[in-house]
Parts: sequence; C-alpha cells; structure tokens
Amino acid sequence: MTLRRARTWAVRYLPAVFVFAAVIVLWEIVTGGGGRRVIPPPSAILNAGLDNFEILRRSAQATAFEALGGLAIGSVGGILVAFATARWVTARDVLLPVAIATSAVPIIAVAPILNNWFGVLNPLSKMMMAALLVFFPVMINVTRGLVEVQPAALELMRSYAAGETAVLRKVRIPNTLPFLFTALKVGATLSFIGALVGEYFGGTSEVIGRIVIQSMSSGRYSLAWAGILVGALAAIAAYIAITLVERLAIPWHAALRTE
Amino acid sequence: MTSEREQEAQSTAAAAGVSTTERAARRFGSGVRGGSRRALGLVLFLVLFALAWESAKWLGGDPWRLDNIGYYHEPPFHLLQLTDRQLPHLWDIFSAFGEPFQRNAEYSLANYLIDQALYTWSEALIGFALGAVIGIVLASIFVHSGLLERAFVPYVVASQTVPIVALAPLIVTGFGRGLSSVVIIATYLTFFPVTIAVLRGLRSPDPRAVELMRSYAASRWDVYRKVRLPASVPYLFTALKIAAAASLVGTIIGEGPGGVPQGLGRAILTFNQQYITGPEKLWATIIVAAIVGIVFFLLVRLAEVLILRQRGPQPSAG
Amino acid sequence: MKTADRPAVHLVGVEMVFGRGTETTRAVADINLSIAPGEFVSLIGPSGCGKSTLLRIVGDLIAPTSGLVEVNGKPAHQARVGREYGMVFQAPVLFDWRTVDANVRLPLELMGMERRRRERRVKEMLDLVELGGFSRHYPYQLSGGMQQRVAIARALALEPTLLLMDEPFGALDEMTRERLNAEVLRIWEQTGTTVIFVTHSIPEAVFLSTRVVVMSPRPGSITNIVEIDLAQPRNDQTRETERYFELVTEVRESLRGRHGGGASSEDRLRAEGSVG
Repeated sequence: MTLRRARTWAVRYLPAVFVFAAVIVLWEIVTGGGGRRVIPPPSAILNAGLDNFEILRRSAQATAFEALGGLAIGSVGGILVAFATARWVTARDVLLPVAIATSAVPIIAVAPILNNWFGVLNPLSKMMMAALLVFFPVMINVTRGLVEVQPAALELMRSYAAGETAVLRKVRIPNTLPFLFTALKVGATLSFIGALVGEYFGGTSEVIGRIVIQSMSSGRYSLAWAGILVGALAAIAAYIAITLVERLAIPWHAALRTE
Repeated sequence: MTSEREQEAQSTAAAAGVSTTERAARRFGSGVRGGSRRALGLVLFLVLFALAWESAKWLGGDPWRLDNIGYYHEPPFHLLQLTDRQLPHLWDIFSAFGEPFQRNAEYSLANYLIDQALYTWSEALIGFALGAVIGIVLASIFVHSGLLERAFVPYVVASQTVPIVALAPLIVTGFGRGLSSVVIIATYLTFFPVTIAVLRGLRSPDPRAVELMRSYAASRWDVYRKVRLPASVPYLFTALKIAAAASLVGTIIGEGPGGVPQGLGRAILTFNQQYITGPEKLWATIIVAAIVGIVFFLLVRLAEVLILRQRGPQPSAG
Repeated sequence: MKTADRPAVHLVGVEMVFGRGTETTRAVADINLSIAPGEFVSLIGPSGCGKSTLLRIVGDLIAPTSGLVEVNGKPAHQARVGREYGMVFQAPVLFDWRTVDANVRLPLELMGMERRRRERRVKEMLDLVELGGFSRHYPYQLSGGMQQRVAIARALALEPTLLLMDEPFGALDEMTRERLNAEVLRIWEQTGTTVIFVTHSIPEAVFLSTRVVVMSPRPGSITNIVEIDLAQPRNDQTRETERYFELVTEVRESLRGRHGGGASSEDRLRAEGSVG
C-alpha cells in the first residue's frame, strides 16, 4: 500500500476507530472502580460473555431462529398482500392508511397477547411478533416497487403490445427487487427487536431475552449486557448477510449507489 | 429507479415504516381529498376488522351467551386462539373501560389507563424533545466538521441496525427505575434518526445556492442560518415522525420489563399477569397505547403542516 | 420521389383534444400528412405544439379524437399489435436490471422469438449501432449517448418498417448529437426504414430529413413542409454547404410564421401528392 493510499485510509477510518477505543477505555475507567454497578465495565462484560459462552451461543441461536423465522413469515405475508394492493386500488386505499397508522402505534405491546395465543414457551409466539413488525415495511416497499414504474417504461411496453402479465414479469417485478431488499434489511433489525421483546415478556430459558431478564433480576448485570451484545451481533450479522445477498442479486443497483 | 437518497433514507429502521408509507400515501393521493379518502379507508378497515374479529369468534370461538338480548349461539368449530379468554368479545373489552381497574378500586379502568398513558407519554415526550435538540445540534456540528463526522457518524448509522430498544430494560435497571432512565432511552432512540436526517437535510441545498451565498461574502454561520437550516426542516419532520413512535416504544419497553412501577409498560405487565381473570384489560391497555401512538404522530404531523405550510407543495424529503 | 403502392403513414383530419367539459385542450388540429416508405420526415415546432402527441397518435399510444391514422395501409392499432414499428424516446428507457443485450432482446422475447435467432439478431443490432463490445454491460456503465444507441438498437430489433423517434438526442450535448445524427443516417440508409423524427433543433431536422414538417403553436397544425433536397449520403461537409444554410433559414422562417399559419391548399396538395 502506497503511503498516499494509507494516508487516505487513515483519514477516513481512524477517527471512528479512535472514538471506539476511547469510549471503551473511558467506560472501563469510569465503571471499573468497585461499587457502582450501574453499568458494568467492558472487561466484566467480556468476562461474563466468555464464562457463559456455551449458553449464550445456544440462546443466540434460538433467538436468531425466532427472529429469522419471523422475518420469513412477515416477508412472505407482506409480499403476498403487496401484490393484492398493487393490483386493486381499493385494497390500496384501505391498507395504506392502516400501514401509516401502524407505523405510529407501538405494535410491540401485543407481545404478551401473542405469547398467550401461541404459548409462551413456543418459539412461534416470538416469531409472530417479529413477523408482525416486519410485515408492514415489506408490504409497503413491495407495493411501491410494483406500482412506481417509470411511465416511459410502461409506454415502451405498450408500444410492443405487451400484455399485463408480461409487464408484471418483465418490468414490475424486477423493479421491485431493490425495494424488497431495503425492506428486508430494515426487517432484519425489526425481527430481532420483536423476538427479544417477546422473550422479555416470557419464554424458554435459553433465549437471549430471558437470559437478559433473569440475569438482571439476579443482579448479574455483566451477563445481561453480554447477552444484549450477543443479540446485537446476531442482528448485525443478519443485516450483513442480507446486504451480501443484495449485492449478488442486484449488482447493478448497488453499483448505482456507490457514488 | 429510486434515487440513492431515497434508498438511504429507507435504510433507517422505522423509516421504512413511516417515511415510506408517507411517501407512498402522497403519491397515491395527497391533499385534502386524499386525506379524507385515507381517513375513510382507515374507518373502513376498522369496521372490517371488527367484523372479522366477531365473525371469527362466531365461527370458532366459545359459545355465545348474550342474556340481555337472549341470543345463544354454538360455533361450529373451536380454535384455541378464539376463545373468550384469548380473544374477548369487542363489547366486553369496551365495557371493561368503565369498570374498576382492580377489585375494590375507586378508579375505572379508563381513568387508570389514562393516567398511565399520560405518564408514559410525558416520559416519551421529554426524551423526544431532548433527542431532537441533541440530534439537531450534533448534525449541525457534523456538517461543519468533517473530522467529527467521520469519527461519530458511522456509529450513528450502524446503530440503526442494532435492536437498541432491547437495551431499554438494562438502562432502566442501571440508572434507577425512575423517570430519568426512561427519558434516557427515549432520548437515545430519538437522536439517532434525527441526527442522520438533519445531517442529510443540512447538506441538501443545491451547492450552487451555497456558492451564491459565498459570492456575497456570507459567513458560514449565515449560510447555515439562511440556507441549510431551513432546508433541513422537512427532513427533521420525517425523522420526528419516526422518532415519536420509537420513543414511545422504548418508553413502554423500558417501563415494563425494566420494572418501573408506573406507566403503560407496567399496566401491560400487570394485566398480563391477570390475564386468566380479566383478559379484556390487557386488550384495553393495548388499545390505549395505540391511541397514544396515533395522537403523538398526528401532533407531529400537525406541527409539520403548520410550519411547512407557507412553503407551498414540497417534494418529499428524505 | 419514390413511387409506392401505399404510404407508410397516412393521416387525414387528425385531431386530438385532451380533457373534458370546460377544461379541454386542443393539442393537435386537422393534420393531413402522407409519408412514403423510406422517407425520413422530421416534425419540428415550438414547445407544446403537439408534435410528440402526433407521434404517439401514429404509434397508437394515444387514440385521436377524430381522424384517420393508417400505418402501412392498416389502422394504427393493428400496426402496434402487429409490432410493425419501433420507438425511441427522449430518455433511453433502458431497464436498469438488464444488460445491454438483454435490453435489446426485450421486444424479441415479447414476440416469442426462438433463442438462437434472438441472439443472432441482438448481435446484429448491436453491431449496427457499433456497440458490439458492450453487450454484457449494464446501462449505468454507459454514457447517455451510448444508452440512446442501445435504445435505437432495441427499436430496430424487430426490423420494423417504421421508426418513431421522439427527440432522442435532446438530452445530449451538441457534439454527441451531431455524431449520433450521422449514425442515424447511416442506419437509415442501411435498413431503409421509414423514420418520423420529432425534434426541437432546426439544424438537426434539416440535416437528417428528406422532408421537414413545420408545426404551428398549439393547437398544432402543419404550417409548412420543406423539401430537403440535399445530396445523399450526407456528412459533416453537408453542414457547411450554402444550400444547407438556405434550408435552415427556410425552416426557421416557417417556424416564425412567415409562411402563413395553417396548411394552405397548396401545401395540402403537396402533402397528399407527395406519395407518388
């Protein structure tokens, strides 16, 4: 690496890296001195994580299973309804205001109800919470992708006397892909929120949410934070995975985005 | 076929919920006529939803025994999720509002829930306001300092992918189960989307407009005040609508699993424990939480309409 | 003047009124025009004069309020369904998600052409517009001028007898435009397609066409038709001849209305009689 390139790289990334290191160090110093158990020092969190590695790993898997299962259910539901909304304007007129309303409403509040319906120990209850959160962003985005097509493209297809099915297959659906991936990335985060909060209201003991709650109530804050950290990492991993798939599936779009 | 800017905007967690739907709604019919059509659509949906609710119970719930009008019905099927305990009749839920919220209590459920709702909302609101201010200040700093931006903005952006809401109970137990901890959560959840949106807004003016100002020997402060800040207002409101919902959710989650003795989160936990004896109360609480969310959203929207009204029709921001 | 059994495009009394009730706009009024096969006809006029509308009427993308529109002796609708023309818009309207050759392939897929023939035709077309090496590229990787060339290749993929072009080079800079003008002429000579070309640019219209149809401001009608008798094949030198400047001036004056508004009976005779 030439000196110049190294310098550009440093200028771009070092400030953020520095901030990260500084935060960790400050955090350690501020909380390291005994007594204050407000928020544990990073070292304690790391230790708790390593000591409980196995159980955290299993729990992360279980939570991820719920989250991703919910992501799948919510996405499929959202896509199906989006096709209906794109096709029929009346459906759109009814469902669009609903979507706006639900985006303002704390949907998460139905988590206990879902636990009751599907069984608090059943992962399905957490999956349904995740699915509910994911459904609307996916539905809205896919509808937009199907409907918001360049009018000139539609005119072009008309000049070829192409039927509605051909327009759907060759124009609307490909147009939808970038929108879908955006929604999926958002959905990845939302699905983990749904799973974790659902677990906060009850669940089997080997899920991240329960570990957090139980370690909190028994005063083991380091473990609680370690649990959250693991959950966050799982969410980020899901997000990155989707980004990679996106890059493979729609290379032309990702390239458009790097200016 | 969507601009890069729009794609980026949508990558904010709840942004896909609000700003996308808002934009979609605007395309599908804006203005007063569109607004009333949308309101009608919402009402229609609620009616259909209520019908579906009761129809489902009619087909697969518990036997109907309405003594006051002498109606008895035995549903042909039976699904666990549709029993009177899991899915109470709508009229049972609404009548529960008038009954005392606890045995031998003086207050009705409605009164109790309103109190809790106001408590929760006040926490969310304080956090919301603080977060908005912090977000605007930070974005203003970042737009003028490339170094600080490169240092901090990656974390702001990355935090959108992290389920921060899940941290809420930890923050509350860490900082004490009072007002301040929950406010911290709401502030936190607000300033992330606000910072990103306002930063984009401050950068949004045509570079030529900035060049024009410079040609008048305007200082950076002038450019900020006269060009950038006004340009950022639409973006700010987009983020505020998201933040309203986010701060509310964060507050409720912080209260509930966090163990705060008051508020809607507490109410949800309490009534969840009492589910066996009185499921209607939990549903009633959820309805109240939904109403708070909608009212909050509408207030932000109202502020947006009033402040941006003089500008005339705008292209959607962010 | 070429002799033909029937005109490639025949318009009689074509009128287009938009809107209903009190808010109507008369975009195009009483258009009578006949175009022989193999001609290159430009439509030129001020903004809003309805030339794009007229083009879309010929392409059966809009139905006229009244009048007769025939393409190759049949109603325009049939011609569209029969895929007898290709259209190039001002924006290339390429599909972002398709490579260059997939974009050119689009009309062939819609027609159900069998794969090997398709691939051959696509290659032919790309070679024709001299973009053979770019078949695996995506539109975003090409310049505006190149994207338009792909759009032209696509429009010619079905080997239509008629090519409709709506200000295809309007968004490009002057130098690219002149270069593409030469390209279009070359392709026109090679394929013998009839071309209707809508433009804002007087030099472009004169350089490309066999006839220039000058339209009046809204409601658009034909003010004048200028015969372009410049020698073929045309090239950069043509742009510097005196006759070229004379013709440009003639078109400009017609646009300024110095040739009188509305098609005179003399003009109409010329229009209809030019088939033979």
